Amino acid sequence: MTLTPVQTLIIIGAVTLGTVVTRFLPFVVFKKAASEHSYISYLGRVLPYAAIGLLVVYCLKGVSLTEAPHGIPEAIAIIVTAALHFWKGNTLLSIGAGTVIYMVLVNVVFT
Amino acid sequence: MKEKINALKAAIPLTLPVLAGFLFLGTAYGILMSSKGYGLGWTVLMSFAAFAGSAQYVAVTFLTMVFNPLYALLMTLIINARHIFYGISMLDKYRNTGRLKPYLIFGLCDETFSIVCTTEPPAGINKNWFYFFVTLLGHFYWVAGSAVGGLLGSLVSFNIKGLDFVLTALFVVIFVGQWRTKENRLPAVIGVMCAVVCLLLFGQSRFIIPAMLAILASLTLFRKRLDKKTTAVKEELK
Repeated sequence: MTLTPVQTLIIIGAVTLGTVVTRFLPFVVFKKAASEHSYISYLGRVLPYAAIGLLVVYCLKGVSLTEAPHGIPEAIAIIVTAALHFWKGNTLLSIGAGTVIYMVLVNVVFT
Repeated sequence: MKEKINALKAAIPLTLPVLAGFLFLGTAYGILMSSKGYGLGWTVLMSFAAFAGSAQYVAVTFLTMVFNPLYALLMTLIINARHIFYGISMLDKYRNTGRLKPYLIFGLCDETFSIVCTTEPPAGINKNWFYFFVTLLGHFYWVAGSAVGGLLGSLVSFNIKGLDFVLTALFVVIFVGQWRTKENRLPAVIGVMCAVVCLLLFGQSRFIIPAMLAILASLTLFRKRLDKKTTAVKEELK
């Protein structure tokens, strides 16, 4: 431990506070139902789709295209996951197969 | 009571991918914390109170440098700014959730959001309790994973490389599910494009907020087109 217990508690408090603020903010700011603000209601309808897109990219943010293996394992695993899901529509199958393939790729193929 | 048990039963299978992801990431987090001299108690307390995966990973650096709580707060706000989008998306769904609401909002992490925003509880299941259990299970998996990591400590060299891909795969599957409905495609493309462009422009540690602003600007720009489409769908559903 670098910090004292009290300092550690304060840091934990700061991280918790920061997280709570970002999660509660919209609910506090838009007390009224979203349907009463037409713009916010519009955002509420379209943001979920944009947010998942952002989240996928967020997961991949550490992947380097210029260094080996150039994001190839990620690309293959995502294509397999997506294709399986288009084809079968079975969530656990798509996620399971995609993850296993990714693990084989990073541990066995691209080492 | 039966109502709650049914809601729990409906929630469990949907959270299994989160279980796999959180046990892995949580354990890795616990091991990382213990390698810095923070034992089981600290790890569990942080995971229980903050319940924010990526912010907690970054917070390891705040715990191992000169004491600076303001910096920790600001960094956390920046890393977790994406949660603001989740809140806006859930305003209506969480509107009439009564006394469960504060906890539902507290636990709205990436993974919980991805499930509650895209899944309608099965017929006959109480919505509020369904949302509650999806949130509670996620929270539980995360704390449990961290505790396992804290217990194992530096005893083991933790090397299951690539298992964290399970969360990426979860989001890809949700993305594909949304893609099936034509009207959702433009906002989905906007989300990916803005994020990719900002990632390339600003780098991985600074792209989230520019990406969020770009998404807001693009969605505003396309409002006429998208509003028409989503309203048209609503009319059809009537």
